Amino acid sequence: MDNIKDNQGDVWEVFVQSKPGLPHKHAGSLHATDKEMALQNARDLYTRRNEGTCIWVVPSNFIVSSLPEDSESFFDPSDDKIYRHPTHYVMPEGAKHI
Amino acid sequence: MMTQQDALINYCLRLGDSSLILGQRMAEWCSNGPTLEEDIALTNVSLDLFGQARTMLTYAANLEGKGNTEDDLAYRRSEREYYNTLLSERPNGHFGDTIARNFLHDAFLYHLYTALKNSKDETIAAHAAKSIKEIAYHLRHTGEWVVRLGDGTEESHQKIQQSFDDLWMFTGDLFEMNEVDDILIKAGVAVDLNDIKKNWDSTVNEVLQRATLQRPKDDYMQTGRLQGMHSEYLGHLLTDMQYLQRAYPDATW
Repeated sequence: MDNIKDNQGDVWEVFVQSKPGLPHKHAGSLHATDKEMALQNARDLYTRRNEGTCIWVVPSNFIVSSLPEDSESFFDPSDDKIYRHPTHYVMPEGAKHI
Repeated sequence: MMTQQDALINYCLRLGDSSLILGQRMAEWCSNGPTLEEDIALTNVSLDLFGQARTMLTYAANLEGKGNTEDDLAYRRSEREYYNTLLSERPNGHFGDTIARNFLHDAFLYHLYTALKNSKDETIAAHAAKSIKEIAYHLRHTGEWVVRLGDGTEESHQKIQQSFDDLWMFTGDLFEMNEVDDILIKAGVAVDLNDIKKNWDSTVNEVLQRATLQRPKDDYMQTGRLQGMHSEYLGHLLTDMQYLQRAYPDATW
């Protein structure tokens, strides 16, 4: 930490898994100075009402994010490619259990 | 001659009162924590402790059979009728004082409730089985903080060492026993606190060592919880906690 006035620690991102087998979803962020503190703070802040079965905490500066200016080149090209959705295809008659 | 029923009521008050008083102390941290995250953690502990107190005070009130409720026991007893541990009523002091106090108390409750899971009294056994999960977390939380502060900066090390030195004289009280314990140990309801002390010693020693802190020497020990003899601090805590019932008896909303 460079800024001596901020003594609340680094920012961590919290991901909570609601049930075994399901993906961990981003729940929010918090301050902590070490892994154990981050995990405990996440437990106290985000799982007190039965929200979770597993917690991941990740230092925020380890998250690599796309930028708003990436948006056109990253996401717009898929706008007109509805054939990438399975719902685009008509089910063959007689096909079961699909 | 004390009956087993009387002994059991007193035992429940000891457990319930210790949780209630420490819970009230932790509630004093609400909005005063060192960081937002820790503020919430400290008050979470308070809520856990109040929950534990409710179970034991409700049970004690039922055993008494005088028509009292948990609230009557919490809000209408005076200092001398309280049987909480002397450690639980110590003032919060600075954050390190609170961490040291709670760590010593958490380690005590952790080993006590682990043993009480096998109590022959079904209510106490069920209470212990439920509470031990919360207490295990409290102990982990305070234990990590003891290590962080002890093995932290020179200032944090010195401060929390002082906290342990100041609190040590109240740890002997945790393990005092009397006739109540004799009766209930024979009945398989309570546990011998000499056994709990051995486990407490090993937990405390292990964490203090990790924290590079010195275990204070056993010297004069202040006792009194078994007789309801308290420090000057309990009275102040009770006037705060019981204010509403004292000013407006039977108030409802």
